[in-house]
Amino acid sequence: MKAHIFVTLKQDVLDPQGSTVQRSLQQMGYANVASVRIGKFMEVELTGTDPENVAAQVDEMCRKLFVNPNIEEYRFDLR
Amino acid sequence: MPRLSVAVVVFPGSNCDYDCFWAASQCPHCRVQYVWHKDANPGRFDVIILPGGFSYGDYLRCGAIARFSPVMQAIVAHAHQGRPLLGICNGFQILCEAGLLPGALYRNNTLTFICEHVYLRVETTASAFTRSCSPQQVLNIPIAHGEGQYFADDATLQQLEERGQVAFRYCSRAGDPAAQFNPNGSRHNIAGILNAAKNVLGMMPHPERAMDARLGSCDGQVIFRSLLDAVSA
Repeated sequence: MKAHIFVTLKQDVLDPQGSTVQRSLQQMGYANVASVRIGKFMEVELTGTDPENVAAQVDEMCRKLFVNPNIEEYRFDLR
Repeated sequence: MPRLSVAVVVFPGSNCDYDCFWAASQCPHCRVQYVWHKDANPGRFDVIILPGGFSYGDYLRCGAIARFSPVMQAIVAHAHQGRPLLGICNGFQILCEAGLLPGALYRNNTLTFICEHVYLRVETTASAFTRSCSPQQVLNIPIAHGEGQYFADDATLQQLEERGQVAFRYCSRAGDPAAQFNPNGSRHNIAGILNAAKNVLGMMPHPERAMDARLGSCDGQVIFRSLLDAVSA
């Protein structure tokens, strides 16, 4: 199974990369871009057939390693 | 006089270990040694230092992988036993990732790597690391980091301030901690913090690089002297 994990900065955490990219887009002519937030994508391939077990494991891996809960939040899906 | 044992932990990618070793060695009654990150049983030390650098290439997040190194169990035990633990730059990042200090360090708000001398104001002298400082003393110490922006949520920040856990704040030469003297956007201009028990200090600036006036500043000496004198007292 593959887990697609999306990690983003929490809303109240300043994202200077995002702001910079937004300014670049505006300079390129995209005047209607209100905001840009930049995060991480991880693709994790694991063996396992029970989606509930795999989901629980991926969630644990997120909490332990992939995500810093002080500044990040996450979601994932399995396929 | 009994010799103080000081460990400088080396992770793959640490690069300030030599300077930390040298700085601690300036103390005449200290015995300093390197401890490799894979050593799960490094033995007992009076003082442990986690030096700066790019452990594991800063992969995923700074310090995120180093915090799982085999040596970390012994370091956590050392901290829980109340012995002094100093994390400098990447060492500070590792301490936050390991949960030994609250909050997190991330990308500077300037998005640039900043390598310059800054001024720090000592916010508390109630720790082994700062007890030889005078209250609100201003220190000139270099920073060299791309991910030194300190973040903690409002509740955590309030607790840190109330409990005197803020160790250093970025400030002007005169000691004014205004926003314009904050090099990286850290909340409350925080450059270094202590845990609740005040035996663990994490700081982004490099006191081990401010040990010799010929290199720009010897203001780092007071931190090493505070620490190594406190432990031997």
